[in-house]
Amino acid sequence: MWKWFHQLASPPHFYRIAPIFSAVLLLPGLALIAYGVYAGLFLAPMDYQQGDAFRIIYVHVPSAYLSMMAYMIMAVAGGIGLIWRMKLAHAVAASAAPLGAWFTFLALATGSIWGRPMWGTWWEWADPRMMSELILLFFYFGYMALRAAIDDTAKADKASAVLALVGVVNVIIVHYSVEWWSSLHQGQTIMAKDGPAMDPGMLYPLLANIFGFTLLFGSLLLRRTRTEVLFRERRTRWVKEMILAPEGQS
Amino acid sequence: MTDSERHMPSMMSGLTAVARRDLLLAWKRPGDVLNPLFFFAMVCTLFPLAVGPSAEQLTFSGPGVLWVAALLAMLISLNSLFISDFDDGSLEQLLVSPQPLPLVGLGKTISHWLTSGLPLVLVSPIVAITYRMQSDVVLVLMLTLTLGTISLSLLGSIGAALTVGLHRGTALLSLLILPLSMPVLIIGANTVSLAAGNETYSAGIWALAAYAVGTLSLAPYATAAALRISNE
Repeated sequence: MWKWFHQLASPPHFYRIAPIFSAVLLLPGLALIAYGVYAGLFLAPMDYQQGDAFRIIYVHVPSAYLSMMAYMIMAVAGGIGLIWRMKLAHAVAASAAPLGAWFTFLALATGSIWGRPMWGTWWEWADPRMMSELILLFFYFGYMALRAAIDDTAKADKASAVLALVGVVNVIIVHYSVEWWSSLHQGQTIMAKDGPAMDPGMLYPLLANIFGFTLLFGSLLLRRTRTEVLFRERRTRWVKEMILAPEGQS
Repeated sequence: MTDSERHMPSMMSGLTAVARRDLLLAWKRPGDVLNPLFFFAMVCTLFPLAVGPSAEQLTFSGPGVLWVAALLAMLISLNSLFISDFDDGSLEQLLVSPQPLPLVGLGKTISHWLTSGLPLVLVSPIVAITYRMQSDVVLVLMLTLTLGTISLSLLGSIGAALTVGLHRGTALLSLLILPLSMPVLIIGANTVSLAAGNETYSAGIWALAAYAVGTLSLAPYATAAALRISNE
């Protein structure tokens, strides 16, 4: 078990096996998304209140969930890199940040588009989820800005890992404080008491999309990490040997 | 007690020495302390000019404006927390000293709060009265600012430590610290608003106190780790 773990952490080994794992995640991910999108757009019944507009949920919810998941992965990977000095973990954290920021942006954009027909406004300041999602986006920006500002990669890795860990504690506090804050402003959230009661025809495509998006995210993360590893190891011998090796031998 | 034990410096001596030295430095250079205060007063002057001077407008927006201005003033003063020590090399001496680094950093943060947070708390009533705030609300404002600026100083020390050796640090520091400081702003400003509206506000005070205690116990370790990383 530990041997396998150590082997995985070695950059050349990871570089070789990452495409396999990436493909293994990608195919079922795309299949699930294809089913989720088709069933969500065509088969799922219309919502009796929201009509067809609710269908944006099939992109919105998976994105919002992944925006938080990516932050957790980033922070945990940063922590692992900081504690066990695992180089690969830092590469994972560096690759997770832009993906997470994009999913956060996607969640905000779809939420905003959804809010236009439902609430009659593109942006609702009083909605706690929109606010904490926006602050999460700022956290991502801060994280990436800190990484970009430090030239030395090893130093950037450690500094941004500290920031991600501090942020992870704070993201939770931000979430609750925003909720408390919005409870002071009354009666703005129309969709507050929806309840989990959802038609199975609506629910299954959503679940399929959540799993599909997660698999897609995993696959993309592996691909990005692979490129990141290649870039970071560009001066090492194994990269030179691999590149100089004749076709078909690598 | 043996002789060597008696001469062993205590664990807190690094903290007190650093805090005393920084306070002395601030005393010799009062501009560093006064500039954020002028900035605070000026931001508070901008708002009535921009949104209009009517009495109900001012009482309505007062708590928020004062809190945002205080947050920005704290942010401005944070820049200089470690920078001069980094430039003249004394920060490295602090890093290699046998004193525990979290406590040394805490000493610097305490002196930072005494020269930036505390003056803001003391000046805030003057501005608050011009915003037509009732005297009991002013007391709530001072209490929330006291607890809030403690948290802001401690959170800010993490950001200042992370960005200490970097060029273009100012904008980056704001980008790192502002998201972290949002809970303080939300709870602080809204607690004052609740007090101004004659509603119960004690929950906000407790939340701010809890946040201050939490950052006081955790932030020094993050600051120490960040200082070590920045000075590698």
